[in-house]
Formats: sequence, structure tokens, C-alpha cells
Amino acid sequence: MDRMGFRHKALVLPAAMALLFAACSSNQSPGASGGGGLSGQTVKIIATWTGDEQKAFLQMVAPWEKQTGAKVSYTGTRDINTILATGVATGVLPDLAGLPGPGQMNEYAKAGALKTLDNVIDLPTYKSETAKVLVDLGTTTDGKIGGVFIKSAIKGLIWFSPTLHDYSSSPPKTWDELKSQATANKGSAQAIWCLGVESGAASGWPGTDWIEDFVLRQSGPQAYNDWTAGKIKFSDPKIKQAWQAFGDVAANSFGGSSTINATAFQTAGDPLFKSPPGCEFLHQASFITGLGAFKAKKSGTDYNFFPFPDIDPQYAGAVEGAGDLFGMFHDTEAAKSLMKYLVTAPAQDVWVKIGGALSANKNATSYPDDISKRSAALLQNAKIFAFDASDLMPNVLQNAFLKGIVDYIKTPSSLDQILTTLDAAQASAQPQGSPAAASPSPSPSPSS
Amino acid sequence: MDPRIGTALTVLIGVPAVLIGYIYLTEIVLRALPERYKPRARPWLWLLPALAFLFVFLIYPTIGTFIRSFRNADDTDFIGLSNFQKFVSSDTTLIALRNNILWVIFLTVFCVGIGLLIAVLVDRVRYESWAKGVIFLPLAISAVAASVIWKFMFDYQPPGEPQTGTMNAFIGLFGISPVPWLQIDTFALNTFALIGVMAWMWTGFAMVIISASLKSISAELLEAARVDGANEWQVFRRIVFPLLLPTIAVVSTTMIITALKAFDIVYTMTGGNFNTDVIANLMYKQISFGDFGFASAIAVVLLIAIVPIMGVNIRRFQAQEAIR
Amino acid sequence: MTAVAQPREITAPRTTSRFSRGLGRVGVHAGVVILMAIWLIPTIGLLVNSFRPAQDVASSGWWNGLFPPYNLSLDNYAAVLSEQGIGDAFVNSLFITIPSVIIPILVAAFAAYAFSWMSFPGRNLLFVAVVGLLVVPLQTTFIPILRLYSGISVHFGPLNFDTLNGEFLAVWLAHTGYGLPFAIYLLRNYMGGLPREVFESAAIDGASPVVAFLRLALPMSVPAIAALVIFQFLFVWNDLLVALVYIGSTNAANSPLTISIANLVTSLGGNWQLLGAAAFLSMALPLAVFAALQRYFVRGITGGAVKG
Repeated sequence: MDRMGFRHKALVLPAAMALLFAACSSNQSPGASGGGGLSGQTVKIIATWTGDEQKAFLQMVAPWEKQTGAKVSYTGTRDINTILATGVATGVLPDLAGLPGPGQMNEYAKAGALKTLDNVIDLPTYKSETAKVLVDLGTTTDGKIGGVFIKSAIKGLIWFSPTLHDYSSSPPKTWDELKSQATANKGSAQAIWCLGVESGAASGWPGTDWIEDFVLRQSGPQAYNDWTAGKIKFSDPKIKQAWQAFGDVAANSFGGSSTINATAFQTAGDPLFKSPPGCEFLHQASFITGLGAFKAKKSGTDYNFFPFPDIDPQYAGAVEGAGDLFGMFHDTEAAKSLMKYLVTAPAQDVWVKIGGALSANKNATSYPDDISKRSAALLQNAKIFAFDASDLMPNVLQNAFLKGIVDYIKTPSSLDQILTTLDAAQASAQPQGSPAAASPSPSPSPSS
Repeated sequence: MDPRIGTALTVLIGVPAVLIGYIYLTEIVLRALPERYKPRARPWLWLLPALAFLFVFLIYPTIGTFIRSFRNADDTDFIGLSNFQKFVSSDTTLIALRNNILWVIFLTVFCVGIGLLIAVLVDRVRYESWAKGVIFLPLAISAVAASVIWKFMFDYQPPGEPQTGTMNAFIGLFGISPVPWLQIDTFALNTFALIGVMAWMWTGFAMVIISASLKSISAELLEAARVDGANEWQVFRRIVFPLLLPTIAVVSTTMIITALKAFDIVYTMTGGNFNTDVIANLMYKQISFGDFGFASAIAVVLLIAIVPIMGVNIRRFQAQEAIR
Repeated sequence: MTAVAQPREITAPRTTSRFSRGLGRVGVHAGVVILMAIWLIPTIGLLVNSFRPAQDVASSGWWNGLFPPYNLSLDNYAAVLSEQGIGDAFVNSLFITIPSVIIPILVAAFAAYAFSWMSFPGRNLLFVAVVGLLVVPLQTTFIPILRLYSGISVHFGPLNFDTLNGEFLAVWLAHTGYGLPFAIYLLRNYMGGLPREVFESAAIDGASPVVAFLRLALPMSVPAIAALVIFQFLFVWNDLLVALVYIGSTNAANSPLTISIANLVTSLGGNWQLLGAAAFLSMALPLAVFAALQRYFVRGITGGAVKG
């Protein structure tokens, strides 16, 4: 899923880079196993990262290349699903690849294409440095590590423009508080929310994030987990009330339903900065700061964020996140050495420092600015951490979910019919009692 | 030596040399044969390279597609006609089928009609090359860039806001409020909008082929008709059009197949939402879901859909041979 | 250039007399100009936007770039051209495209000639079956072909590889297979329409089929071949998926321009404003090919060949 990736304002400062190279070469020796023996070898990699993300990743592997003398041959593409699906069927695969999600990771492992990382990475260190939920998501059904997270993202942050009203000193603690403050501080803003779900073939995904945020905070991690695994239907009151809450947001959004469905998610927040403002808030992941009008604005003065407020107090402190899973198809010495390097804190610190990524490794903390520092802290200190549910659902269901969002925005009165359709899609994609339903173990759990 | 120099030499000299060499080789082979076998063997030698390529790259995979269409998603079991049953029993497929019918009719009529009109019109102006270049231009644009272009065309902002989309800004000049072009499925307006994008891209294709054929009509023949007192419409109707008919049939067949396979514009612009889905997009989705069984069944439906069109072609070729 | 000038001289006087008879000159011009305008507007929109910063593009229509303050710059183009490896990708695209145009057209010409001027049992049925292959979705062919390619290992002279995947040859062959049905269809239609007498008299003069093909059929089919060159060039040049499947996934060093261009934009669509500039840069070569081959779309080529 392309939306699992995320980017930030890219700060490529030569001085910072020089420091970082120095830091990396001094405090860690990547590829200690291979050493100079890897010189001249090539590791072939495919992932969804393109543009600035591709540059950041290549900078991340540069110290390893320098150390070992091996080279990385990287192709970034958004057609990764097709490439890996055909690749697994034919055996024509790169050495390492970004995996679309835990579901596919299990399929590839079952097909014998994906190699386990148990003997490749330093397991105890990896487990101690990585959130348990991420370790679990990278574990295949037979208990082996099939994928590791290179970076992560925090979802469901609420962005505002301090020019209209500055919430940074006392952000709303609960959803009701947010609603009443929004009314009180509306001022000249035309609507409460900015919302845009257009994203080509993946249109609708910002809506899935909304619903996931509501389910997590209204009904708690257990319900979230069961729903993700197909044990709770979409038409269940617990899920339905999340849709209704989202419907309320859409009804109070800038421009109304035609605008929501026609507006690209990248530019959805632009009306925040208009005069008079089009809206008060935008709900989006941390990567929005590199997109649309945010890119040219200054964080802190032009925009800021507060976390999604709690709804039911017993589930206070819940956070939704996502991440980029990475796996190995060919266990060449060079590939193993690179994989070993990529999970380490110094490696992940490279991307963190460039900006645009939250680390999956707790010890990589060189965040370049206040926004990313606070995002990372939120992720670290979350009482309940849940992984993006739609990314864990089987592709077919995920696709139906996206379509359901778009249809609901267009015709809010057809909610029941949409949920019935989704129930059917869920029943065929995650038949209960079959091993398929049990395979992803998203278990939103207290983070360690 | 830079390995690219080797590649360049292969590309520019090696490849054409091998191919021309092959066709001379066939004569050498035929010389060894008794005289009466030569006419029988020759066509197959000439066809051999083409048939070999077609077999490996299209026929052999298609046989696999047929077999796969009867198997389940994991490729572990034969499931009879279940995939086809799934295809006909779903609402989304029915909408996609309806849309494909619209695509086939309107894309073909539009591209061939306008392509023919332009080819005939520009034949009469001095800036022919420029005019054709302009119509051809969109074909040179990749699908991704085309979807960016048309997002600028169809862009929608709420009423009262400055419109960034060309179409909405234009109708705004007449006081009409903005229209979310890609969301309105009344009378399949959004499907027609997508067909319009594709037609914008592909009219140049029809035009170039029709124009190439138009140029082969002898000028003397047309002049003779005019001397006999025929007006321009009569010349077109009685001479030009009948002579272009075989080419129009080729272009139409190609456009029908293009319409059946239409996919990337839908995929990038609406993702099949708002009742704009088409069969090829359904198939692509199934591939990305990893369900090659269902995807194969959809591909088989496409293959079956063209059988009648091919039947028309057979009859046309028999007719062509009868008159030449 | 003389080849172009000659037929034009012949047609010019005829054109004037033609117009004096019927269709009004004004009507023809008006029709052509209106159609050109309709076709150009979307492209001009992209062209103007390719010189504007992303922020302007998102907040105001492209026509605002035509009025002060213009705020136009070459920044987007500079960003695309400074992309690492874009030069290599361009060369790779040429290496991929040229043979992928030459091979299918020549192979199709052999077949089309056989289908047109040689008789053998089952000819029409075989021909229609070939055309029917146009409908095969390329995505369904990837798996069997990838499997086949993996098994091909050659170590002979300049050919040296363990698997065909990742080699230029892999895409040349694939594009040949994919491009053949249309190429055969179009050429068969054109060659089949050539006058029978030409080939009959050549045969009487003792010319072998190879000579008739190379000296008569090919030169007389130049307009159709020119059209095919244009299309095949375009399809291969703009192809992303085939290159990605057979080359991109295993050998990034051989990746064409389309992959580099797609990689300009981040996975979330950041930097998409570069796509406009990239589109115009990558369009330049196919348009040049089109312009260069225009000269073959001229009345008289066929006639001249028949007489000669």
C-alpha cells in the first residue's frame, strides 16, 4: 500500500549529511559478518518509495555501501503488488523488497518465496528496540520473523492554523470538547473540517483512517482487533457508530460531499491557510507536512497539530500508526548483511534525520524538528497502539472499504446498504474459522 | 570498452542484419526443395518468425489463462465454472459490462469519425503537418501525464470559490455553477467524460492510419471524377470513402479492442468509483489482489467478446480477395 | 527533401482547382482550426502549469499563468533534468525502443506479405486468429514469460547472462510479441490493397518473392510502415509496466525513462508538479519521430513506386 509510506519536508543539508556519515561510520560496523568479502556484490531491491523517499532510502544504505563495498540496485514503483505477485509465482524476485502488508508477507512465506530473518538479524536487540506490535506484525504464522519495519508513521493527527485559534497550549482532551471548542472558535472559518479523499485508485483511504480512529477510541482495542480480523461485522453497532461519527464530520466539511470526493488528499488541507479560512481542522497523518500548501508553510507558526482526542475514557491514550514492512527473498551474503544493517538504530537514524520518517527502532531519535519529535513521542508513549486496520485487511476487503467510504460521502443516506455490502465482502475475504482469518495478528496492545 | 557501445552496435546493425538475413536464408532453403513444394513451403517460412513470437508471447500464455480461469485463487484446485459464475452474478460486473458497451460504441464512433473528418479536412490545407501534429500530440503523452492533464480539466472547487478546472471555469463564465464531472453518474456522464479523455488521446491514432491510406488513393482517379462533374461530397461519398473502407474497418476493429481493454484512464482518474468501472480494471484489481483465477476468467470473457468482431473481419477479407 | 518537394508540386495546382468547385475554403479552415484548438487546450494547460510552482497550480487555474504576475520558471524542468541517472535512463529507453520497433515491423512485414500474396490453406482463419490476439491483456502473459526467461541462460560471445530477466533482449522480444498482431493487421490490410498487376509482372520478369518483397511491397507500403513505426515507437517509449516486469524488478541499471519519471513523484503523490515537465521532456522524441515520418504521408509515393 502506497499510503503506508509517508514523507516529510526533506531537509537535505550537506553539513548534516557529513555529520551523519561520520556518526554512522564511527559507532557501528554494518555487515560485520561479511566485511570486505561483499565488495563488488549487488543487492537488488524493490519498494514503493519514490522521489524524496527514494533519495532518503539511498542515503540510508550509503554508509553500508561504503563499509562493505557492495552496491544497492534500487527500483521504486507503485506497482509493487503486481510485481511481487507475479514474482512470487515465477521466482523472479529482487533480493530485498518492501512488502505490501502482513497479509501478503504470510502468503509469500507460505509460498516459500520469503526467507526468514531469524538467523539474519540480531534478534534480541531487534526485539528490544522495536515496539512489540511491530515485531508481531512482522512475524509469520509459523512464528518466524518474515518482515521488519524500516520506518513508521503516526496516523490521525489533527492539524490547525494558529492564526485562527491556537490550540497548542490547551488542546481539546475529548471529542466532545473538540466539537464545542470548534463551534466557539469558528470565527470566520467556513466549516469545521477540511476533508479530501481523492487518491486515484486508492480514493477513500483518508476516510478509512477516520473510521479506524473512531472505532479505536469509541469501542477500544479489542473491538478494533476483532473488526480487523473479521470477527465483528461492519454493520455491528460498534462499527456503525464510527461511520455515523465520520458522517457527522463529512457533513461539517468544507464544500460538502462533491468537494470531498473531488479533492485530492494532498491538497485537502489547503483551505486552512486561506483568508478567510475554509476550515478549522484537517485530520491527517504526520506526512502531510510535506504535501500541498503545508510544504511552503512554517511549522509552529503557520500550522500545528494536536493528537486525536479520547472518546471513551477507558480507552484513553490510544494511537493509530502504520509502517513500511521489508522482507528478504534471496539470502545472499550481501542481502543478509544489508538487512542486518537496516534494522539498526544508526541506519534508521539516517532517514529520521533527513525528515519524513518516524523510526521503527526506538533508539533512532535524531528528529530534525519539533513536529516530528512530538509525533515520535506520541508513538512511543501511546498506551494503546493500533496498526492501520485497512492495511491489515485482505486486499479485496480493503478495496471494498475504500469504495464504501467514497459511496458514503456521496450518499450518506445509503449507509445501511453500504455496510451490508461490506459485510458480504468481509464474509468472503475473511471466512471465520479458516486459517486465513487468524493469520494477521494486529493485536493493538499496550506498547512496551 | 563501454558495454553500451556493444549494445548500440547490436541495436543499430545486428538486429536489422539478422532479420534481412533470415528472409534471404528462406530462399536458400527453398532452393534445396523440389520445385512443386516451393509454393507450399514458402508461406510458412515467411510466417515462421511471426508465429513463433505470437506463440511464445501470446498464445502459450493464453492457453494458461484458459486453464487458470477454472482454478481457484491459490491455484490449488479446479473449481469448474465458479469464477465465471462470480463474474455474472456481481453487480459491479454488470455495471462494468454496461460501461464497456458505452466505451465500445462511443469511443469507436468518435475516434474513427473525427479521425476520418480530420484526415480528409487536413488533406486540403497547407498546414497539414501542423494540424496532424496537434491531433497526434495527446497520443505521445503517457497515461499518467494524461490523467494529470485531465485532472486540471475536470477539477472541481465548491461553488463561490475560484475554479481551478478549465471546464468549470469555462461554464462559470456563463454563470453555471461548477459540476463534479467525474462523480455524476446520471446518464453515465462521468463515463462519457472518461471516454472523452480516451478519445482525445486516440483520435490521432485513427487519423494517422486513415491519412496514410488516403494518400494512397490515386490523384488521377479523383481528378477524373471531378472532370466528370462530381462535386466534393460526391467524390468523397462515391470514391474516397469506399476506397478507405478496408482501412476504416481495421481502425474500427482496433478501436473496439482498445475500448474493451480500456483501463489506465479509469484506473488513474476514478479508480472505478461512481459506477465508472470497466472490465479490464476489474481484471487488474484481481491481479493485484493475487486472485489469478478470477482475473483469468475475466480475460477469457474479453477473448470471447471479440469472436463476433473477428467473424466480421473474416467475411470482409474474403470480400476483399474476391474483388482484387 | 526532394522526395517531399516533388509530390507537393504536383498537388498544389490541383488543390486550388479543387476548392473552387465545392467545399468552401473558409469552412475547411474553420473546421480544422476549431478541432486543433479543442485538442490543444488540455495540453496547453499542462504546458503552462509545467512552468508554475506547485502552490500556484493547486490554488489557481493554469490560465492565470498567462497574466501578470506570471510567476513562471524553469524550476520544474531543472528538477527533472538534475534527477540522478536520468541521462542513463534516456539512453536505456533508446536501447529498448529502437529494436522493439524494428523487429516487430520487419517480422510483421514478412508475415503480412505471406498473408497478402501467397496462398495456402487456412490463410484467412489463421490471419483472423492472429488479429484476435490483440485482445489478450498483457498482464496475463507476465507469469509464463517470466518463468520462461528465468530458464534461459546463455554464455556465448557477447551474449552472457544467467537469466534473460533484466536484459534488454527480454523486452525486445516481449514487445515484438505484443506488437505483432496490430502490425500484421495493418500491414496485411495495406499490402493486400496494392495492385495485383505489379506483383504479377514482377513474377513474369523472374523476380523472386524476396526481391518482390524488398523492392516492391516494402517501398510501396511506406505510409503504413511509417504509421506503424510511429505507434510502436510511442507504445514502447511510453511503456512502464512491461519494462518494470522484465527489467525493473531485477536490474535497475537497465531501467528506462518511464521508470525514472514515475519515481519523481513520492509514493504519496508529493512533487507531482514535476510530472508535467517530465511529460514534455519525454514527449519530445516521439514527436520528433512523428514529424520526421510526416514526409512519408504524401500522395504519390505509392503511385511513383507502381510506375517505377
